[in-house]
Amino acid sequence: MKILVAYKRVVDYNVRIQVKPDGSGVVTEGVKLSPNPFDEIALEEALRLRDKGIASEVVVATIAPADAQAHLRNGLAMGANRAIHVVADGPVQPLAAARTLLKLVEKEQPDLVILGKQAIDDDANQTGQMLATLWGRPQATFASKVDIADGKATVVREVDAGLETLEVDLPAVVTTDLRLNEPRFIKLPDIMKAKSKPLETLALADLGVDAGPELKTTAYAPPPGRGRGMMVKDAAELVATLKARGLL
Amino acid sequence: MSKVLVIAEHLDGRLNAATARTVSAALALAPESIDIAVLAADPAAVAAQAAQIAGVGRVLAVAHPANAQPVAQVLGPQVAALAAGYSHVFGPSTTFGKDLMPVVAALLGVNQVSDLMTVEGEHTFRRPIYAGNAIVTLEAPADRTVVATVRTASWPQAAGGGNATVEAAQVEATVPTHTRHLGLVAGQSDRPDLQSARRVVSGGRGVGSEENFRIVYALADKLGAAVGASRAAVDAGYCPNEMQVGQTGKIIAPELYLAIGISGAIQHLTGIKDAGTIVAINKDADAAIFEVADIGLVGDLFAVLPELEAALG
Ligand SMILES: Cc1cc2nc3c(=O)[nH]c(=O)nc-3n(C[C@H](O)[C@H](O)[C@H](O)COP(=O)(O)OP(=O)(O)OC[C@H]3O[C@@H](n4cnc5c(N)ncnc54)[C@H](O)[C@@H]3O)c2cc1C
Ligand SMILES: Nc1ncnc2c1ncn2[C@@H]1O[C@H](COP(=O)(O)O)[C@@H](O)[C@H]1O
Repeated sequence: MKILVAYKRVVDYNVRIQVKPDGSGVVTEGVKLSPNPFDEIALEEALRLRDKGIASEVVVATIAPADAQAHLRNGLAMGANRAIHVVADGPVQPLAAARTLLKLVEKEQPDLVILGKQAIDDDANQTGQMLATLWGRPQATFASKVDIADGKATVVREVDAGLETLEVDLPAVVTTDLRLNEPRFIKLPDIMKAKSKPLETLALADLGVDAGPELKTTAYAPPPGRGRGMMVKDAAELVATLKARGLL
Repeated sequence: MSKVLVIAEHLDGRLNAATARTVSAALALAPESIDIAVLAADPAAVAAQAAQIAGVGRVLAVAHPANAQPVAQVLGPQVAALAAGYSHVFGPSTTFGKDLMPVVAALLGVNQVSDLMTVEGEHTFRRPIYAGNAIVTLEAPADRTVVATVRTASWPQAAGGGNATVEAAQVEATVPTHTRHLGLVAGQSDRPDLQSARRVVSGGRGVGSEENFRIVYALADKLGAAVGASRAAVDAGYCPNEMQVGQTGKIIAPELYLAIGISGAIQHLTGIKDAGTIVAINKDADAAIFEVADIGLVGDLFAVLPELEAALG
């Protein structure tokens, strides 16, 4: 079986994002870019399914500007068999990302598509659900455990109430939550090996994707600040302070 | 003028409080009308509860055996069919809404407005990006249905005392059979619900073990508080996943939040930004949590917590 993994490049989670003083955007010049943490988990899950002999091929795909080749090489070094780079000049919104991924699904005919539950830049949490909808296939979002057998996936999902289990027919879309697995580290020889793995480049403009009506961002603002408060020396003073503020 | 459809969240015949918060966001549009859709196998009980939310005109009760469990690909086509004639379709930004609403958005051919924080106009909203490090103002296309999830921590529950009419609604939608709900293992819930509690006590990696977490529960019980946790505490197996607070867990807005042995990573802080008062107890005076805490106490939690319990009487 073939697995397609959506593998987005985002600002590294350790970067403290700053809004530009004129409110026109956030500062992204010179900041560290990394694979979206949830997408690394998606790729790791696909690789484990291949290690178990359940999957035979893992393809990573990204929709990103031309300079994202190194990012895909990273996914290949982690262990993907092939990579697809859909070159897009600017950022794509979730609907356009889902429509683009659908084109790749039609071309590749995977049995499973794994995406992150959210990209940590836009925090949209919608592309996987949209892809499943457009494809007319089941979705199992926020997965913390995936088992594949007999053409079905049994997925444990992290929901507000606890853990929910769904059984879905393949092909299907799964989105990852944090506790699905811990992604492996890339070893030096794998970086060398990745250089000769196939990396296909497609132009977004050639795929015939209608980006649809977009949401227009008109302003960026820093969040309302929470300043440093007071320090208390012990439990007794803490209780007294909370009482004085009417909180106890 | 806007006509809003709010999608009710419910479990075991009870309406979730997130629904009334979502109605508050709908009210902020100063709309012509707000209707609530209840999709269930037998929606009567939940529909009756939804009808009591002030400001709601009609409750559309959609009965279907397939709606016994909230499967997004089952509910989505029905909601999209109901959406005809509405300018806005809102759901809560809970795992239920996050799973379902993008399905509706895709069927209606629009991008979803995720985690709506404020309403600036009928098609203008503010929402957080980058774990809440930036707030963007968005304009949705005026000629399309707005599909949004509402960041429940940003909105109070709409008042009760309403008297909406309940109507059985028929929807023409094909319900897929490719998904089977095998079960839900819910955490035991004799403590207040994390998402609506007035007080929350959270423990982090500093608590050290599942065993040690008992002292966090004990303090919470003394305060009548819900219990939360950092991702590190959940990952380490000290407590179940539904207790995680933060960017990828629950976003909460209690009056009082106590962070115990939590360092204050940005992904955690984004979940508590709207808390009234943040108290931090940490043995590291340089921990980032003290930069946002209203009241900080530097000390070993294993010494401080018993003292605190004693001082609370
Ligand atoms: C994509 C992504 C999403 C994430 N989402 C979330 C999320 O939703 N929620 C979340 O919480 N995190 C999230 N994280 C993780 C986050 O970055 C931090 O790793 C995590 O919050 C740290 O948890 P912690 O503060 O409990 O642990 P640590 O950072 O290890 O801090 C433990 C603290 O305990 C203190 N301590 C230790 N012993 C004692 C003692 N005896 N007495 C008092 N204090 C003590 C230490 O001084 C330290 O400050 C996410 C990370 C990523 C990459
Ligand atoms: N431009 C992109 N390239 C590759 N994958 C993407 C892209 N945008 C979104 N995705 C996938 O969709 C997931 C959810 O993204 P979002 O809906 O933006 O939060 C991400 O974790 C990725 O797996």
